[in-house]
Amino acid sequence: MSKFLKGAVALTLLSNPVFAEGFGLGREALPAEIAAWDLDVRPDGTGLPAGSGDVLTGEEVFADKCASCHGDFAEGVGNWPKLAGGWDTLADEDPLKTVGSYWPYLSTTWDYVNRSMPFGDAQSLEADEVYAIVAYILYSNDLVEDDFVLSEETFADFEMPNQDGFIVDDRIETEHAQWVGEPCMENCKEDVQVTMRAMVLDVTPEAETAAPEAEAAVAPAAAPAVEVAAVDPELIAAGEKVFRKCKACHQIGEGAKNRSGPVLTGIVGQAAGQVEGFNYSKPLMAMAEDGLVWDAENLQSFLSKPKAFMKGTKMSFAGLKKDADLAAITAYLASIPE
Amino acid sequence: MTQKTSRRTFLKKGLAAGAAATVAGGARAATPDPLITDVQPWASGLGDGVDATPYGLPIEFEGDVIRRNVEWLTADTISSINFTPIHALDGTITPQGCAFERHHSGAIELSKQDYRLMINGLVDRPLIFSYADLERFPRENHVYFCECAANTGMEWAGAQLNGAQFTHGMIHNMEYTGVPLRTILAEAGLGAAGDLADKWVYVEGADASSNGRSIPMEKALDDVLVAFKANGEALRKEHGYPVRLVVPGWEGNMWVKWLRRVEVMDGPVESREETSKYTDTLEDGTSRKWTWAMDAKSVVTSPSPQAPITHGKGPLVITGLAWSGRGAITRVDVSKDGGKSWETARLAKPGEKMALTRFYLDTDWDGADMFLQSRAMDETGYVQPTKAQLRAVRGLNSIYHNNCIQTWWVRPSGEAENVEVS
Repeated sequence: MSKFLKGAVALTLLSNPVFAEGFGLGREALPAEIAAWDLDVRPDGTGLPAGSGDVLTGEEVFADKCASCHGDFAEGVGNWPKLAGGWDTLADEDPLKTVGSYWPYLSTTWDYVNRSMPFGDAQSLEADEVYAIVAYILYSNDLVEDDFVLSEETFADFEMPNQDGFIVDDRIETEHAQWVGEPCMENCKEDVQVTMRAMVLDVTPEAETAAPEAEAAVAPAAAPAVEVAAVDPELIAAGEKVFRKCKACHQIGEGAKNRSGPVLTGIVGQAAGQVEGFNYSKPLMAMAEDGLVWDAENLQSFLSKPKAFMKGTKMSFAGLKKDADLAAITAYLASIPE
Repeated sequence: MTQKTSRRTFLKKGLAAGAAATVAGGARAATPDPLITDVQPWASGLGDGVDATPYGLPIEFEGDVIRRNVEWLTADTISSINFTPIHALDGTITPQGCAFERHHSGAIELSKQDYRLMINGLVDRPLIFSYADLERFPRENHVYFCECAANTGMEWAGAQLNGAQFTHGMIHNMEYTGVPLRTILAEAGLGAAGDLADKWVYVEGADASSNGRSIPMEKALDDVLVAFKANGEALRKEHGYPVRLVVPGWEGNMWVKWLRRVEVMDGPVESREETSKYTDTLEDGTSRKWTWAMDAKSVVTSPSPQAPITHGKGPLVITGLAWSGRGAITRVDVSKDGGKSWETARLAKPGEKMALTRFYLDTDWDGADMFLQSRAMDETGYVQPTKAQLRAVRGLNSIYHNNCIQTWWVRPSGEAENVEVS
């Protein structure tokens, strides 16, 4: 390879002796021009401009510039990319590849947000805004605490969870080695059976019927109420911190009003769908009619995976991953009765 | 969806015409054909003048030979893909007007006057070229296929989309005119890069997606072209007008459109499109990266679900396309019985490196069910694998680089369906 490489450029010029010194075409790029276009950032942080941004600032910038496609919690809206969640799903039947679960380098997120986002308004963000957005994306993935500040200095210390999840293309060794040679021409197999048909699935454009909806996940049967254990001030304080993830949509306590989510005052132990003046989703009302009560157990299964617990819920929140957070948020919610 | 006629209406019409045609070869016509015995308007009146169509589109009768997209694949049509109607084309050259498009921020309008190409990084002289500058370098012509790494990607979990256009249409094949990238790199001088063996170039587009990919120097100096013409005319807007990169045999995402910058580097950038996308996740959750080359692949384009047999039994031309990103196609076999037995097809021309090859199997159809398959071989001796072979190595979640053998179930009616067989 290197032999070829050493020769290649020299050959190009020698093959046309008149232009052995080059063609003299183009002009020198000015430093300001290179600075304007050479924006890429490498895994080691090379190319990062000076600046910094914290999680809370990032939350605001994200809500303003990113959330309409990526959701308030980076959980994705509709078919737009989910940026958070998917931990430990890469070997699953249906892996969820997000910045947190899949992307090997933090530089990629910074570089992509900086050069290519927001969609339709690319290259409009200040460096500090990019740092803040990236900090918030890390927070949404539970990779940093809410006091985290990302800067060109803290950048280098950060290692993404899936950094070692990649191997260099090995198809030549693992595939080509076994798929060469004279193939079978006669009596290559005993029997041929149709094992799957595209017309059964029927998702091709021009077909006249709509794609069948995947079967709704069956809601778990109502479990006996589990009472919250005795009041634990530390746990409640921790839960208040976790509640920051909910505050964009939910209010609680004195003077609370419905926002995009219902008031949560006294929610623990309450029957579902009872907050006055809130327009609940159909799936929630259906489950409420079946007697859903927000006891600790139901609340925690809902909050750990909202869309699995209640398919079709309006709550666009990816879920709380940690058991400690679930216990804390439950304690906090229970500490604020009607 | 752009087409108004439903597929079923189309099929009905086709089959009705077929019923009439079945008897034509062997039997006498009962009555004289008025298309022959009556003077037709086109044989009597006048057609269009030479000033009617300064730049022509296909005749209206070919109005269904168009790119189509699949709405549910992506969040919107700006960052999305459409598909070449390969089921309706023949030969190997894809007309630009129906060649698939893939954009990440939409197809932009960039004029030649506003076009600039920057070469920077580890070069002796960072340079800026105008479009006119590029036309002054010695240039070359080459025919290459461009295939999206996700072509056939929807079929990993099973037979899903019912048509060759949808299963295999993220591909086109054009004759490019352009300047070798090595010539342009040499103009900037690679002395500053030192030993080239571990160097890379990062190539980047001018659109808002800023799509960028890292390419090892060996490939950059080998056959990569900075292209500005395709099939003899300027690139279309949707294919990167005025200048795109051509990376023969490698996945389409690297063929950066609206090319604006080439940076010589001592390592890869690890950009979004080479980490979070265009990496292939295996069953155990680890993912392959840098899976650049497109392995040998083929598909029967007709008959196929969108191109049913309309003439009944008798002479039938089975045809399709084969290609390999690792060299020339040397042979294509076709099976009518789902892979029990195979016949070697006729190549329209000897295979060319990293270009589409057309194959034909001229056959006498007995009107029975067929499970049509094609199997390509390339000059490395590689044989296109079955889906089962691919799944055994990769599982179901690779998304990209699905080069499996495709099966069409052709029914006695002539209709065909995308199926999987044991």
